[in-house]
Amino acid sequence: MRIGLFITCLTDTLYPDTGKAVVAVLERLGHQVDFPAGQSCCGQMHFNTGYRREAVPMARGFAAAFAGYEAIVTPSASCAAMVRDYHPVLAEGDTAFARDVAAVTPRVHDLSTFLADVLGVTDVGAYFPHRVTYHPTCHSMRMLRVGDAPLRLLRAVRGLDLVDLPDAETCCGFGGTFAVKNKDVSAAMCADKVAAVRQSRAEVLCAGDNSCLMHIGGALSRMRTGVRTMHLAEILASGESR
Amino acid sequence: MTAQPGNMPTYLGMPAFPDAARKAVADSQLRRNLTHATTAIRVKRAGAVAELDDWEQLRQAAKAIKDHTLANLDTYLLRLEESVTKAGGRVHWARDAAEANAIVTGLVRGAGSRGVVKVKSMATQETGLNEALEAAGISPVETDLAELIVQLGHDRPSHILVPAIHKNRAEIGELFRAAMPDAPSDLTDDPAQLAAAARAHLRQAFLSAEVGVSGANFAIADTGSLVVVESEGNGRMCLTLPRVLISVVGVEKVLPSWRDLEVFLALLPRSSTAERMNPYTTIWTGVAPGDGPSEFHLVLLDNGRTATLADSVGRQALRCIRCSACLNVCPVYERAGGHAYGSPYPGPIGAILSPQLRGVSSPIDSSLPYASTLCGACYDVCPVAINIPEVLVEQRARVVEDHKHYSERAVFQLSAYVLRSPRRLAAAQRLMSSGRFVAGRSGRIRRLPPPLSGWTDTRDAPAPPPESFRAWWARTRGGSS
Repeated sequence: MRIGLFITCLTDTLYPDTGKAVVAVLERLGHQVDFPAGQSCCGQMHFNTGYRREAVPMARGFAAAFAGYEAIVTPSASCAAMVRDYHPVLAEGDTAFARDVAAVTPRVHDLSTFLADVLGVTDVGAYFPHRVTYHPTCHSMRMLRVGDAPLRLLRAVRGLDLVDLPDAETCCGFGGTFAVKNKDVSAAMCADKVAAVRQSRAEVLCAGDNSCLMHIGGALSRMRTGVRTMHLAEILASGESR
Repeated sequence: MTAQPGNMPTYLGMPAFPDAARKAVADSQLRRNLTHATTAIRVKRAGAVAELDDWEQLRQAAKAIKDHTLANLDTYLLRLEESVTKAGGRVHWARDAAEANAIVTGLVRGAGSRGVVKVKSMATQETGLNEALEAAGISPVETDLAELIVQLGHDRPSHILVPAIHKNRAEIGELFRAAMPDAPSDLTDDPAQLAAAARAHLRQAFLSAEVGVSGANFAIADTGSLVVVESEGNGRMCLTLPRVLISVVGVEKVLPSWRDLEVFLALLPRSSTAERMNPYTTIWTGVAPGDGPSEFHLVLLDNGRTATLADSVGRQALRCIRCSACLNVCPVYERAGGHAYGSPYPGPIGAILSPQLRGVSSPIDSSLPYASTLCGACYDVCPVAINIPEVLVEQRARVVEDHKHYSERAVFQLSAYVLRSPRRLAAAQRLMSSGRFVAGRSGRIRRLPPPLSGWTDTRDAPAPPPESFRAWWARTRGGSS
């Protein structure tokens, strides 16, 4: 299977270790992966803030960069959902563009469902002897509908102590530009999420999206909680040798 | 009727959402009241919905019925008018809030009455009917307990179903002692005592009222029947005791037939109050001699609805049955409270409905589409499957088109210029990596200039890594793509 990695602009720029972890996990399972250098950003921030015209070239770039891959795998359910649900909207009225978009969108998977549902693997051979709690990000739950795929993967990690996060399904208050445009409400939501993380007594907060982790992690660090954040891919890539 | 934007006169001049929300977030008593109330109803709703294994089918059926009705609204409205007229009622058409208020004021005057008793009604909140009646020397009395609390406190409703959700019983007790003339002097904060005081206060109004004013949850085109769903029974008093009944109803409330009603009577109580069935459902058809009001007027209100119907994405907001489930699950509503939305329609549905009905020209209406993290909890619980996040992002595009926020536009255009090109993105990444020393040894950035200071006021920002993923890939796997 020809797998194209869609690393996303945020992970590419600020969290390269997550990208390396995706590569490590898929290669450990015997797959060959490729990083099409023509990729940049899916345009979610622009689209979701109302700047649709600016997002159009990004959707075009995505369809061009990933044409021909059998599977497009990304460590962001939010960006995957953007591509699946809204790239067709951006291509409305342009037949050739819409055809290109329709060719790639069904092949886009976030890492957790690609592993657990497409490949049918939950034990990826990881070892991570820490107390971890999992925050199900909104777009993974309610747009991409990943279900319990991330939890099945975490439960199969040797040594990992998975603890419940109170009110897990409540949004952390990130919301892209919401975090700045409505900073007071955003900060209030984040403070409640931080309180829930502390209540869980976890050492590590895990999620499948670096944007949400950047938000909650930024508050965990500001409040000197000592709780680390880690992308699901990085936990799955952990082994005794690392 | 020609399509035109509506208005909600009482709410003109509201500040933008973030400004109003800031005050609410700082009010710890308000946050406690809201969290307590919304958490309780949220948990109960989930239980009530889980009892039905065909919930999703019901939801899809409701969506289909509403979509069909809205697509054929002209047909069903004319059928409704014919049925109501045949049953002895009179139908009036109101293009906007001012016309609706003028029609109702004229009817009350014509009945020779100086006061009306009111059933809880969103449509008359929307038109600002109470203020219009007062200006004409007519006293409206809200008879829904929570609406009465709001009216006595010269306050505004902050929730569709529970208008006084922002008040706790201590605050309500204090208000009754101060503002309800016939409240017992030894009234405590005990809910039973508070309810008894309100009951005694309202009983007089019910028995003496000449005119009742209501909205309706549904209007059945085939028979001309109107339906009000409520919990207290005060609505039924208003609908049956006065001589004249005037119902102000949004045009989107029409349903083709009784069979359609069945679906909604299953969805609405479970979604709104988490009950299998609500205590009082009143259905009336025109007038019946010797039974209930002898004069019935139906005022059909447009106020921006037909303009909304012309919007292919936004028209789904007209499916709304005002259940409030989206408010109760919304993390933004829970923290910002209902008043910040500057409309009788708060929460996620208000964030799409108010800009739909009023346009996006005012500060409040252009900020409402952004009053959401797009978390999607509202869409999941909506009994008529309104994809609120989809409408929000559609409206954001409209705001960007209509408003010239030059500095924001420049930022987004520049960032798009960089982000759409892998080459420019790589260059920006190298620039950021070379500037990573600003983070210091902690690897965390604690302060950024505006507008990003909005982030770093309460959250650290990550320092850029020494090497982007793209650079790592090129260095280690070079040229394999």
